[in-house]
Amino acid sequence: MKSSLNDLIDESVTIIREVAAEFERPVLLFSGGKDSVVMLHLAVRAFAPARIPFPVMHIDTGHNFAEVIEFRDRCVADMGVQLIVGSVQASIDSGRIADVMGPRASRNPLQTVTLLDSIAEHKFDAVFGGARRDEERARAKERVYSHRDSFGQWDPKNQRPELWGIYNGRHRQGEHFRIFPISNWTELDIWSFIAEYNIDLPSIYYAHRRPVFRRDNMWMAVTPFLQPEANETVVEEMVRFRTVGDATCTAAIESVATTVKDIIAETSVARITERGATRADDRMSEAGMEDRKRTGYF
Amino acid sequence: MERLRFATVGSVDDGKSTLIGRLLYDSKSIFEDQLEHIEAVSKRRGDDYVDLSLLTDGLRAEREQGITIDVAYRYFATPKRSFIIADCPGHIQYTRNMITGASNVDLAIVLIDARTGVIEQTRRHSLLVSLLGVPHLVICVNKMDLVDFDQAVFDRIRQEFEEFASRLDLQDVTFLPISALAGDNVVTRSANMPWFEGSTLLHHLENVYTASDDNRIDTRFPVQFVIRPQRSDFPDYRGFAGRVAGGVLHVGDDVMVLPSGLTTTITGIDSPLGPVEKAEPGDAVTLLLADDLSITRGDMICRPNNRPRVSQELEAMLCWMDDASPLQQNKIYSIKHTTNSARAKITNVLYRLNISTLHRETGVSELQMNEIGRVTLHTTAPLMFDDYHQNRSTGCFIIVDEATGQTAGAGMLLSPRT
Repeated sequence: MKSSLNDLIDESVTIIREVAAEFERPVLLFSGGKDSVVMLHLAVRAFAPARIPFPVMHIDTGHNFAEVIEFRDRCVADMGVQLIVGSVQASIDSGRIADVMGPRASRNPLQTVTLLDSIAEHKFDAVFGGARRDEERARAKERVYSHRDSFGQWDPKNQRPELWGIYNGRHRQGEHFRIFPISNWTELDIWSFIAEYNIDLPSIYYAHRRPVFRRDNMWMAVTPFLQPEANETVVEEMVRFRTVGDATCTAAIESVATTVKDIIAETSVARITERGATRADDRMSEAGMEDRKRTGYF
Repeated sequence: MERLRFATVGSVDDGKSTLIGRLLYDSKSIFEDQLEHIEAVSKRRGDDYVDLSLLTDGLRAEREQGITIDVAYRYFATPKRSFIIADCPGHIQYTRNMITGASNVDLAIVLIDARTGVIEQTRRHSLLVSLLGVPHLVICVNKMDLVDFDQAVFDRIRQEFEEFASRLDLQDVTFLPISALAGDNVVTRSANMPWFEGSTLLHHLENVYTASDDNRIDTRFPVQFVIRPQRSDFPDYRGFAGRVAGGVLHVGDDVMVLPSGLTTTITGIDSPLGPVEKAEPGDAVTLLLADDLSITRGDMICRPNNRPRVSQELEAMLCWMDDASPLQQNKIYSIKHTTNSARAKITNVLYRLNISTLHRETGVSELQMNEIGRVTLHTTAPLMFDDYHQNRSTGCFIIVDEATGQTAGAGMLLSPRT
């Protein structure tokens, strides 16, 4: 019997090919985070030796870690794929949204508007996302082909049945689908793939020394976009990031794992979920993710 | 390491969520922040105990009502296997969601409350598991602690179930007496039921033999995507990508392409990880062929002497899932089957299956949501298919309402009744 990782690869590759066959204008969301990196590698393998028949898109809050943006640009250049950047800053400048203010402000929730505007502008009808069902309770409920109405909304109470390996992508003009080809991968599966196929990642996934401060019981990195408040002391710690998102709401964990092997060992015995450990945005309410997803978030 | 996909079917009252919580907890797959979270919520609500169902019931509406509405997927691993749980709702109103979760699993767990025995819901769930052709069924007789761990109770429920199940097509049924709340026979053997000589639930999940569940005899390869690089370094590459739906394909095999009926030879097989010599059921590969034939998405590659049926006249068990409108005879729907699509009319409803009594109700022309019937269909183009019991992948289809886009029906193809 085949290994569980190969089983996941086959499932994901099949979904990616199915979307390329059935939709007019797919796009793959690529943030430079590990899940989207794995998804992009799977897409490359799904069509090899041909090139990926769709572009990739990054919704950039303008508050990302410099290492991640540098990696993003290098990665798409190496793979020869077309990158579209949806800029939250541009949405702010054009008056579509108002920037958030204050020491604890995060542009993370603003991304939804830029994402939906970019989807409409390019007339994308299928948007690949690297969400995994093991990440969060609302995501555990979502279909692989997830319908979005013309407002970009998800209706969790009225999801289409999804049986066997037959996917229904029928939609009206202006509606689209979010497609989650790595729904069934766990954090450990992602790292196993990265280890087995030598996948390059942004450096901040590996343990390094950086100035951080304690906020809400998490280590936040000092960046141009996030400064400590008066009572928050900056210290230098050995840390790494388990997830990579907007720098204002993504926390680091204490770690000495400098290699993929170390990370797998660390992940195998982790007692806290990756979003629980590192995402301030999920802590807002019991249904934080469900509410954001309903209005069109990733 | 192998992977097992299994479904748990039932409602909170059956102890289903407690059972999943127990499996996750005892296999150390619940994380501290998840446990802290549900502890806090349980405390805030004034519950007497930590409500493990909060782990799986992830939607606001589910937590409000204390029921499971839609399938939730959970993941855990032991040193022997990794597992995907499709945690399915049990209520009749959400049958379509249950079918979503149970359609592609290797094994299903149905819970029976030891105090009530086999009830209508048990029969309905077992029937659906049987119709979906799930290869392995585990009947967990739960809450044994509430009947004093009495062997007579377990034996009576087992006998009751077997009488009913003799009319179903169930291939492998295992009975386990458990207490999900206390953990008896879930991960560790029960000291309270020395009379039970079988294995624990987790041991069974780790060891159930699934290697023969796939059809490895009848070669079926629905063409999904044609790969033609527009690159100077691969001027002549033309590959046919898809997922093996049956049989084992080797480099050098003679194959036939349907519907054209033309034959050729496999000259190469590319997997996502590089060239391979053979491809087995479930493998996503690209086939390279000796001859330059016209092959497109929706075609079926098979062996010349072992072909699927090819027809525009179909007979199937159809489960209706559209809450907006019932199945209407002679209305035109879209049908999706393997990588093929066509349009279809339901020409006749032969009978409606009463999913509680198994009675065949004739003289029916419609199927309402969550009803199941045996129907005949006529399609605009021939489908290449097998009996669902021979091959789940080539024997299943969905019906799509062309106006709303809804997935309106799920069908399992059968040989016509003679």
